[in-house]
Amino acid sequence: MSRNTKINVLLLLVVVALAVLPLALGLGDHKEEPFTGADGEAETAITEIEPDYEPWFSPLYEPPSGEIESALFSVQAALGAGVLAYYFGLRRGRRQGEQRARAELEAPDTPNAPDTPDTASAPDAEKSTQGRV
Amino acid sequence: MHIAEGFLPPAHAVAWGVASAPFVVHGVRALNREVREHPESTLLLGASGAFTFVLSALKLPSVTGSCSHPTGTGLGAILFRPPIMAVLGTITLLFQALLLAHGGLTTLGANVFSMAIVGPWAGYGMYRLLRRYDVPLMVAVFFGAFVADLSTYCVTSVQLALAFPDPSSGFLGALGKFGSIFAVTQIPLAVSEGLLTVLVMRLLVQSSKGELTRLGVLVTGRQAQNGTEAVAR
Repeated sequence: MSRNTKINVLLLLVVVALAVLPLALGLGDHKEEPFTGADGEAETAITEIEPDYEPWFSPLYEPPSGEIESALFSVQAALGAGVLAYYFGLRRGRRQGEQRARAELEAPDTPNAPDTPDTASAPDAEKSTQGRV
Repeated sequence: MHIAEGFLPPAHAVAWGVASAPFVVHGVRALNREVREHPESTLLLGASGAFTFVLSALKLPSVTGSCSHPTGTGLGAILFRPPIMAVLGTITLLFQALLLAHGGLTTLGANVFSMAIVGPWAGYGMYRLLRRYDVPLMVAVFFGAFVADLSTYCVTSVQLALAFPDPSSGFLGALGKFGSIFAVTQIPLAVSEGLLTVLVMRLLVQSSKGELTRLGVLVTGRQAQNGTEAVAR
């Protein structure tokens, strides 16, 4: 693994650790329902402050179950991850293609290129000096 | 976590909508201009929007024993400046309000204000400030994304405290209450968001040097390189 890859993997591992630690340390144990959404807790807080408050509008569409909701959240994450992967894949492919094209352009040209004395005539120059010695 | 549908009184909902609208309109103009003048940046714009999509779908557990999600707005704000992020953030919020019953249409204005306006501007401001003092790029990116994430939820807490001041302790009491729900939960998630943004920025530096230079993210590095080259000559 290159140094770059190591740093990237390390960054991911720290993120995973930050997500797992609250679960592993049981930081939700003091609650009746651990690890619910903060937005739900805010709704509870609102009804504590203002017990008479009634939401005056309800969502046009509500996922019928928790499963459907998590499916839709996965779709959202998958869409985003797909576009990101497409972007980085395309960039990598383009860079490799450019490198290959450059290598092909340079390789066959060198033997009969008239104005590349440095590389083409180097062996000759060596021979001639050897001859003189 | 956004303010749920119907949970802001109508006057507040309208006021936040009015406050957000000009930023989003200005953002749409900025986005159109960017795409017209630099069609090649469309892909990276898409990737920035996609990053927000992924991160705001990731509900993560936090130290408070509850869950919340990052926002992913720091990256786009650093790359394309905050006005464009106002549009990309609004699209994400609309998707969640319409399909996931997460956030809402009546609270869209308030949620746009926190996640798509204040978050990106605060993160971008932090990033620029650090860069001005020659802080390394990745450190500035980390704190930019961290601030964008955390400030979003601080604004959410203020919005709720304004709408629902505590009967005995008033606005500040309610701010403490909502702040402990949103802002404290968000701190470790903001660290995660900072690290993930650094990861994506590192991949971008490896893969899209030209683009980052054009956007000014790598400009100082290049100038420094030019400087050493000039010295070498």
